[in-house]
Amino acid sequence: MKMTGAKALVKSLENEGVKHIFGYPGGRLISVHHELHESKKIQHLLMRHEQVAAHAADAYARATGKVGVCMATSGPGATNLVTGIANAYMDSIPMVAITAQVGSMDIGTDAFQEADITGITLPIVKHSYLVKDATEIPRIVKEAFFIASTGRPGPVLIDLPSDMSMSQIEYDPDPEMSLPGYKPTFKGNNRQVKAAAKMILASQRPVIYAGGGVILSNAAPELTKLAHVTRIPTTTTLMGKGAIPEDDELSLGMLGMHGTAYANHAISNSDLIIAIGARFDDRVTGKLSTFAPHAKYIHIDVDPAEIGKNVKVDVPIVGDAKQIVAALVKEIKDDMAKLEKLPWAPWHDQIVAWKKKHPLTYKSEGELLPQYVIEQIYEATKNLDAVITTGVGQHQMWAAQFVKTLKPRTFISSGGLGTMGFGVPSALGAQVGRPEAVVFDIDGDGSFQMVSQDMATATAYDLPINICILNNQWLGMVRQWQELFWDKRYAYTDLTPGMPDFMKLAEAYGAQGIRITKPAEVMPAIKRAIKSKRPCILEFVITGEQGVFPMVPPGKGLQDMIYEQPEPQKGGS
Amino acid sequence: MRHTVSALVENKPGVLVRIAGLFARRGFNIESLAVGPTEKPSISRMTIVVDVADRPLEQVSKQLNKLINVLKVSDLKASEAVERELSLFKVSAKPETRAEVVEIVDIFRAKIVDASRDELIIEATGTEDKIAAIENMLAPYGIREMSRTGKIALARGGRKTED
Repeated sequence: MKMTGAKALVKSLENEGVKHIFGYPGGRLISVHHELHESKKIQHLLMRHEQVAAHAADAYARATGKVGVCMATSGPGATNLVTGIANAYMDSIPMVAITAQVGSMDIGTDAFQEADITGITLPIVKHSYLVKDATEIPRIVKEAFFIASTGRPGPVLIDLPSDMSMSQIEYDPDPEMSLPGYKPTFKGNNRQVKAAAKMILASQRPVIYAGGGVILSNAAPELTKLAHVTRIPTTTTLMGKGAIPEDDELSLGMLGMHGTAYANHAISNSDLIIAIGARFDDRVTGKLSTFAPHAKYIHIDVDPAEIGKNVKVDVPIVGDAKQIVAALVKEIKDDMAKLEKLPWAPWHDQIVAWKKKHPLTYKSEGELLPQYVIEQIYEATKNLDAVITTGVGQHQMWAAQFVKTLKPRTFISSGGLGTMGFGVPSALGAQVGRPEAVVFDIDGDGSFQMVSQDMATATAYDLPINICILNNQWLGMVRQWQELFWDKRYAYTDLTPGMPDFMKLAEAYGAQGIRITKPAEVMPAIKRAIKSKRPCILEFVITGEQGVFPMVPPGKGLQDMIYEQPEPQKGGS
Repeated sequence: MRHTVSALVENKPGVLVRIAGLFARRGFNIESLAVGPTEKPSISRMTIVVDVADRPLEQVSKQLNKLINVLKVSDLKASEAVERELSLFKVSAKPETRAEVVEIVDIFRAKIVDASRDELIIEATGTEDKIAAIENMLAPYGIREMSRTGKIALARGGRKTED
């Protein structure tokens, strides 16, 4: 069948089961949008900024487990995707980004809206293609989706010169992939699984440390089963939230810089860490040389390059977490059942004592506090089909602490890259992927203002996202560091000048606006927002002095955690 | 500590920049790099000499292996591989010193590949040490220009890099 390259691209995307594309048109991309417009299988959502398109595709992938797709024109369109691609790369999110390019003959001439996007994105993609022969489009699309979604997932870029999309080709509906160098390990080595089981049984203070890999490989049920069968306390990273229900008695919540005191104590005193789909990031370990000084390590990861990258591992198992954890459960189940008493019963007692001594809490004197707001959002949504997304900053860490994530793919946040402005786009992407779900974006006034233009997208497509702005009028996380470590010199973090009226902004975009100033107003406002089934901006006017605690100071070990907000100094100069 | 890494890669545009970029990004210093076709036209071999003083070689090979276009990576130990470099030296060789220069060429089993009134171009192949030695010997006569290929290598005996 003869058709244009653009049409072949659309048909190939349809073949991959793509239902939604987040994109933005432009000169070199018109031919593709021209064909997309006629597709009955794909809905193209017109965003208001390419960065938002990339983040939305990323969050769509996180919420659904499918490959997210974003699209932008050549030059500035493509470069605006870069932050979103980097974000997906850092969190290993399956995404295909399609960019237009100037005509093949013009590449390298500094043509209008030319940018070497395959060059620019080289360090932040799993793989990339510059189409040089239009007949290869179907094969390239097939390979891109395969690469993005298998092994350690990640973003794949397809750069499509305009003459490629406009030339006539013979369309191949079933192209053959040619990836001789790509063989991700799937099944874990059985001997290593046996060795891991043996090491677990010989331990006394084991901890499971689960990361985003558990969510990505859909291994949350297996992980939870492993925790239950072995009765091993389990902590997760920000990316791993939902790997085990956080209301489970074995859950320690999140570890690391703003993790719970008991998770960090458990890690620091552990004699065996079972790391699953986690990469010992610096926000998790703090000062690496003092991290878990007494522990041995079992490390399960699909990416062999992660094994031994930051810590020396005793039992590495390379492969898919779902498969390996299931095998480990099978291996250890009978031996656990034979035990007369749990070898780590005293360990449990110790952890319970830590939980009692240092619970996750905050002090309130009747003012509206961000932690309270987030608790109420959790209370209002815990029995619903709900997805929580976040921006980046203090609100994100409070959300990580006070939202108990009960199911995988229901807490969506920018981890590795820490991208401010991720909140609104991720709410949009999650809502498109999960139209029945109630979506709450827990956001900050700074984060929100980076992407507020895309409230237009919410209105345009009737996406009933609930944007909760915890407005403390500061770039709060930087302010907190300035307060604690930089002599309280609050350089350029005060957002008061120029602070928009968010209620008028909501109105301007045709969204519902609710401003909340007192604790008693919180729950009614949340319920009203859910009930309205409209895009909604909830502005919570909170104090600027609240910090995120516990906190491990940067460069310090987990043992050096500050447990709670220091008392404000009274009197004197 | 220096290592010779041999990588078989798909012969496609952009592969070299992916590999060079990876080394730079992950903080590894490339000392030399040679690329050429293999017995299969679709596959190229890259021979990379890398200084791994600060970071373990294992990380480099693992990261290289993750590149989609990389088929096989191996660490070639000098004792188990044949390693060669090719170099060209343009050396001053006035009539009064020409005989001495020619003698050095003979000792190192090098070749004179071009001659003009005052200069000779000398082609030498061998291990890195041998190239360094001839360079050292030629230096007093005046090396006007030189060009080196970077090291290429193959595993000795029946073993193939792919194995």
